[in-house]
Amino acid sequence: MIDQDLNNVEPLVYESKIGVPYYWWAGDTATRFLEAIRDKGELWGTRCPECGKVFVPPRKSCPRCFGQQTSWEKVGPGGTVVTYTVARKKREAIPEDVPVVFALIRLDGADTAMLHKIGGVDPDKVSTGMRVKPRFAEERKGHIRDIECFIPD
Amino acid sequence: MEKVAIVGVGMTKIEANKVSERFEDMVFEATRKALDDCGMDIKDVGNVITASNDFWDGRTISCMAVGDAQGVREKNASCTEGDGTFGAFYGMTRILSGAYPSTLVTGHSKGSESVSSLITNAVFDPIYERSLGVDMVTGCAMQARAYMEATGATAEDFARVSVKNHKNAMNNPLAQLPMDISVQDVLDSEMIADPLHKLDCSPVSDGACALILADEATAKKLAKKPVWLKGVSFCSDAYFLGDRDLAKSPSLEKAAQKAYAMAGISDPGKDIDVAQVYDAFSYQELMWLEGLGLADYGKAKDHLAAGDFDVSGALPVNTAGGLLSGHPVIAAGLYLMAEAVRQLRGEADNQVEGARTAVVQGVNGVAGQSHCVWVLSSE
Amino acid sequence: MGNKRVAIVGTGQTFHKSHRPDVNGQELINEAVAAALKDAELTMDDIDGIVIGNMDHFEGINYVDCWSVDGSGGFMRPIIKLTTGGTTGSTLAIGGYHMVASGMFEKVLIIGWEKNSESDTTGAITTAFDPIWDRLVFAGAIAGLAAEGQAYMHKYGITDKDAARVSVRDRRHAVNNPHAQLRKEITVEEVLASPMLSDPIHLLDVCPRTDGACAVIMASEDVAEKICPVPDWIIGCANRHTYNYVGDCNLGNIDSMRCASAELWEKTGIKEPRKELDVIELYQPYSFAGILWIEALGVAEPGKGSRYIWDGNTDMGGELPINPSGGVIACNPIGATGLIRCAEVALQIQGKADARQVPDVNLGLSTGFGGCFWTDLILHSKQKPE
Repeated sequence: MIDQDLNNVEPLVYESKIGVPYYWWAGDTATRFLEAIRDKGELWGTRCPECGKVFVPPRKSCPRCFGQQTSWEKVGPGGTVVTYTVARKKREAIPEDVPVVFALIRLDGADTAMLHKIGGVDPDKVSTGMRVKPRFAEERKGHIRDIECFIPD
Repeated sequence: MEKVAIVGVGMTKIEANKVSERFEDMVFEATRKALDDCGMDIKDVGNVITASNDFWDGRTISCMAVGDAQGVREKNASCTEGDGTFGAFYGMTRILSGAYPSTLVTGHSKGSESVSSLITNAVFDPIYERSLGVDMVTGCAMQARAYMEATGATAEDFARVSVKNHKNAMNNPLAQLPMDISVQDVLDSEMIADPLHKLDCSPVSDGACALILADEATAKKLAKKPVWLKGVSFCSDAYFLGDRDLAKSPSLEKAAQKAYAMAGISDPGKDIDVAQVYDAFSYQELMWLEGLGLADYGKAKDHLAAGDFDVSGALPVNTAGGLLSGHPVIAAGLYLMAEAVRQLRGEADNQVEGARTAVVQGVNGVAGQSHCVWVLSSE
Repeated sequence: MGNKRVAIVGTGQTFHKSHRPDVNGQELINEAVAAALKDAELTMDDIDGIVIGNMDHFEGINYVDCWSVDGSGGFMRPIIKLTTGGTTGSTLAIGGYHMVASGMFEKVLIIGWEKNSESDTTGAITTAFDPIWDRLVFAGAIAGLAAEGQAYMHKYGITDKDAARVSVRDRRHAVNNPHAQLRKEITVEEVLASPMLSDPIHLLDVCPRTDGACAVIMASEDVAEKICPVPDWIIGCANRHTYNYVGDCNLGNIDSMRCASAELWEKTGIKEPRKELDVIELYQPYSFAGILWIEALGVAEPGKGSRYIWDGNTDMGGELPINPSGGVIACNPIGATGLIRCAEVALQIQGKADARQVPDVNLGLSTGFGGCFWTDLILHSKQKPE
């Protein structure tokens, strides 16, 4: 009888949400990077003295050589599209309307590419190897979105 | 070194939305099936490993949900976070250390209960990347583009992976998406993020898988023929996608080389009879096969077109349908290992004749940052 | 014991603080890793594998094993994440132990970390509990602990003053530890006068929230003595993650610790832990546990734990000093906390604990606590096991 009852159950959906606030300390390295964008519209990377690579985003220590010392190096503002995708379907993580072009952009003088968006161009015209430059937001807050997107150079 | 075998496997059906089963119900079913598979009693299991993920489960300490379903109360236990292949690795070390004769490893996830785009957006760096809105699909789409441009692979090549794997799933009663589709069907499916169509992407899935690992003395007393764990290794590439050459998979190559060396395999192309690789997206099957040394770089597409990766081909790949036919994240790698076990026992739904050695691969992170490679053998 | 004997050959910790705004998580991790490598006089190239852990919802970062590689040294190396809640740190140590004991890895780097300043700790921990049955009525870890404290008080008639004595001990010990977060002595009166959080627990009865990281390097018997003049040998581990639901717990009588310690003493031939152990680093998130749990370990008889502590036995200079580091009440970067207990016992065995050194430590116990009254135990020895 009990089995019968359980077999006829229509399962409920229990709706909930985890709402935990986060306060990510950017740390002094990322802070310096973000402040340079906010205050001067400049892009900076860090150079490892051992392997000579220039990293963007900047690193406090070289992830490959594991040395603790790095020095700052101005990069960009121009850069090259390494790869990209055009998000055609609206996905929950995307804050704006689609299509949105996500891209890895290697700034001039950097050895690594940074993730950002490409705008100001028909998404179908974007290609790898394309030259781009940052378009900064009018009001800047020390945030990665102070770069609105990269646009054709 | 002591020999360790997989002695029991148990899987739930993979479904889009298991409305009647919670995590613990799925894990209980998988555990029960694995115990029955080898004729073990839960009392005889030496220790327990959970593979789970707090984000996917919407729960801090996600292993806490399933302890009762694993019979954990009287046992030593731990939890790995990430793909089940890593959980199986830790389970194996706990036998090789001499601490326990056997390990129960379970993995579970219910993609239906969360929003995969938001969960995978949280893999991206909170300061430099996350607010841009990128997630697993868009991140991997950038890799697919890089791979296409480096190798000349086309959307048709990727589509052929999807066609093959969904077809393999038609004989797998546990698969979520058994489908007889054409290359054109894949190309006609909705474009999600260039160059990935909907049918290039694995679905959101619910499922749990359990493996029981045991030392040689224990394995030889149990019901089924042991499948020996001959080699394993794992390796992580850099974190930021822009630090990597996305068209290549050096961390997979390194893990594979170490796993093959441990297993005494010098020519993987010749020695491996069947492969189960982490095809979360169609293009990944090609990339990972090359990273595993099972095809030359950029040539996997040609082998695929020639039918080499079909069940009847020279190197059958994802014989149960792969993750494109059902992708319960975290449990996924365990499902791939379970299919390899069934192949090596000779009891698979799409049996590869004379299969003696299998390779299995699992992935953590975006676009194959960290890989775990296993070599399994019936001998 | 295992295929290979295993020893701790190096440890490193950050200087733990309530907030570390000057570093992000990867950079915090890197500080502990660099310190451990320096301690062992090794470089990252010597490391064969990495075990890392924290609790996801405290920082909101998914796949920390992947995200952390810039700080952990995981680039092109094997890295695996273990996580079990509060027990994460001790779980990591046990994981590193098995990886080395298996014979597959010679030198393993183990990293536990947390930046508790980056989220709402109580909000996040509440999600540990069943979303349908427990979550809505469960307000963080402290409610469960209060229930345990109440159950014990009811059974044995101790008071919050007895518990306060434990806080006083740990905070006094913390003065000697430059890595501890709270390094100011307190009195029993101050504990009792501090705000009541959840009866019978006062503010000064519980752990703080901390940003910190700890790294430990374990090596196999093949190389341990070459790396380190006095390796800290791991001679046994045992754990129990017994319960899933708060309502199942045998409150006031911590089953996980009783069962795990019984297993550990049996495996390692310990007959009288009180006499044989020289030091304990107890993952003790609130003061009452300092009384209850030493009874579960068999150090004090049931109901006699408080007397044992009042008599000074667990103070520095006593019969069995507990938490020379100041313990969890002085410092709690959760994912690192269990590993800090392990690292602190290693320092005691190695004779490197400086101002907090207990003389002549040959045998030490480190513990982890978390989940739903779960326990991890690790037994350390100066003598190389047979």
